[in-house]
Amino acid sequence: MTATAWAWLVLLLPLLGSIVIGLGFRVLPAKVAGVVGTVAIGLAFACGVGALLCLLGEDPEARHHASSLWTYASAAGLDVKLGIFVDPLSVFMVLVVTGVSTLIHLYSYGYMQSDQGYHRFFSYLNFFVFSMLLLVLAGNFVLLIVGWAFVGFASYALISFWYRRTTATRAGMKAFVINVVGDIGLTLAAFLIFRELGSFDYGEVFAKAPTVFHTNEWTITAICLLLLVGAFAKSAQLPFHTWLPDAMEGPTPVSSLIHAATMVTAGVYLIARTHVLFELAPTAADISAFVGLATLLVAGTIALVMTDLKRAIAYSTMSQIGYMVVGVSIGAYSAGMFHLMTHAFFKALLFMAAGSIIAAMANEQNIDKMSGFGKAMRFTSIAMVCGGLALAAFPGTSGFFSKDEILAYADARGGMYVIFTVLGYLGAFLTAVYTFRLIFRVLPGRPCPEAQELIDTGHVHHAHPFNPATGEEEDTDVGFPGSEHHIAEGSPPMKIAMGVLAFLALFGGLIQVPGLDDAVTKFLDPVFAGSPLIAIEPSTLADWEGLGVGAAISVVGIAVAWWLYIAQPTAPAILQRRLKPLYTLFANKWYFDEAISLLIVRPALAVGRFANRVFERVVVDGLVSGTEGTVRGAGGVVRAVQNGFVRSYALLLIAGFAGLALYFLLSSS
Amino acid sequence: MNVEWYIVLSALLFATGAIGILVRRSPMVILLCLELMLNAGNLALVAFSRMVGNGQGQVFAIVVMVIAACEVVVGLGLIVAIFRRRLPLNVDDLRELRG
Repeated sequence: MTATAWAWLVLLLPLLGSIVIGLGFRVLPAKVAGVVGTVAIGLAFACGVGALLCLLGEDPEARHHASSLWTYASAAGLDVKLGIFVDPLSVFMVLVVTGVSTLIHLYSYGYMQSDQGYHRFFSYLNFFVFSMLLLVLAGNFVLLIVGWAFVGFASYALISFWYRRTTATRAGMKAFVINVVGDIGLTLAAFLIFRELGSFDYGEVFAKAPTVFHTNEWTITAICLLLLVGAFAKSAQLPFHTWLPDAMEGPTPVSSLIHAATMVTAGVYLIARTHVLFELAPTAADISAFVGLATLLVAGTIALVMTDLKRAIAYSTMSQIGYMVVGVSIGAYSAGMFHLMTHAFFKALLFMAAGSIIAAMANEQNIDKMSGFGKAMRFTSIAMVCGGLALAAFPGTSGFFSKDEILAYADARGGMYVIFTVLGYLGAFLTAVYTFRLIFRVLPGRPCPEAQELIDTGHVHHAHPFNPATGEEEDTDVGFPGSEHHIAEGSPPMKIAMGVLAFLALFGGLIQVPGLDDAVTKFLDPVFAGSPLIAIEPSTLADWEGLGVGAAISVVGIAVAWWLYIAQPTAPAILQRRLKPLYTLFANKWYFDEAISLLIVRPALAVGRFANRVFERVVVDGLVSGTEGTVRGAGGVVRAVQNGFVRSYALLLIAGFAGLALYFLLSSS
Repeated sequence: MNVEWYIVLSALLFATGAIGILVRRSPMVILLCLELMLNAGNLALVAFSRMVGNGQGQVFAIVVMVIAACEVVVGLGLIVAIFRRRLPLNVDDLRELRG
């Protein structure tokens, strides 16, 4: 089988899974639905491996294939095919997406067991995977937009999965609206590309672009900036990031899959995919890199003070995606993609561990109320520590190799790009501190009542159904988290998923050790072969120096967290008082929500209200009722003639003919 | 004889028929008046045919007669149906189809 045939299968399986579960929810028992969903994705992963093996069997230069099923739209000058593009980059993404998704499906199989919407959940989840695969496999910009929008919808549906909660539905809407803003950017970019290059097809666009555009010409810069709007909205970069923390209202597997491991990295993939265009617009690429840098620092500082377990991890996700955006914007393509992969492993794992703890807390997400879970949930805590070590880039773990590679590249590129290295290390320090702040506050210490219950009786705590975010009592029908909770300790599928991810988080980085193997770089290099930026490569020595610095910073960060939260438990409160203005700024998330509300939401509402009161009432209503009145009046006149008296009809007829005859007689003489 | 006399007679007959339709209420009489108007037309056709000197007008007159016969069949049928249903034989009362 060819690589494209495998890729079509990769697309087909999750779609089939989604349709079978979605239509068969009445017939299929819940367990079967879970198995169907998980197996569909697992088989898709196997097909992805098939495509990988096909590509590896070929010459590195020949590793790109386009294939199309049928013509999607064909008109004058426009030829869009339902086509996919298989090259190392898309296969890499397919493997990450399907691999992590399989494990998360496995986790959901246990975690969601007592949810009434079990079928719906798996159907959505499979649909999401299908959309994401469509996004990464698309062979032209039109299909990319289709996948892009599908992913946005799937994200909306899953954030609002517990639709009885107003907080969840509101978060879903927020995510959807911001994502649509990104969709508009992407669509406009595609229009501009078509106007300038006359094609939507990747191969043609990337081949033509260097011959049509001059470097930094305004059109190519505009195209890239519009692409960035799409990428930033999807990847939760400043200032489009506010939806991601709110998206944590969704079930934890969703946070793990969509809002950490796969969907939010779509923007990174987009920049890497269109790197040809970004190299023609270095200004846009620099803007992108600086936004990524700003995001990684802002999100890192917010994560330092968040008290919501999942939100803190969400901010960490934003921050890590900031690294990836910096990476793919400054030219460290394979390093950025490598970080995407390792991040998918350890962040999915962290979310799974957090989900397990939240389940034990009966949906409570506030870390102030958690402590002592180390004793109560041994497996979960080990998994969490593994994920935390990788996130904090502890020497030897996967995050250690991937993060430092981006920073080493920035250093090697020199000039102003050294800023990225310096501030990137600052971000790495923040990462280590906030990650271990979470771990040190949740795992050690005297067990909280819920943890004590688990230790004493072995039962998971079941609280009354109150929404922990608002305190309102919950409607316990469908669309509600379920009164029973499942933790990893009592569910083998969850244990397997977390175990595999823990292994990958710890050792996944070993496939790309500088100077030793560099598997990811070697695999992805053909995609970026034409790029001038790829020639810049940090020497192995510089790489290892960077790794040394990274190791030191990571260890220092963990030590600081240990000192603050274990050794001197009073220190955080003192610091908080001393640095009150900073703390307020961070705790209020740099006031981004308020600023957006002030600058965009309120003016938009005012315009809407004006339109409603003035335009709608006066102009639209006036036009409509005016037309209606005219027609009604004319109808009344005509109706009066239709009185049913045959003789009056005859009179009209005769009078009319007489009049006509008279007219012709007079005009002829 | 001059053709004008025929035309005048035809016009008078036509006007009589038209007035009859407008003023009478019995469907029977209205049907008769319709016949009168048709035959006024026939008279004019035949007169013109004679004036021109070929038989085309007469052929038209025969066609009109056939149509008149059909019309009488339908009209009388309607009247009989109205009578059978004991509805008033008065066209002003039969106005259910008004707008």
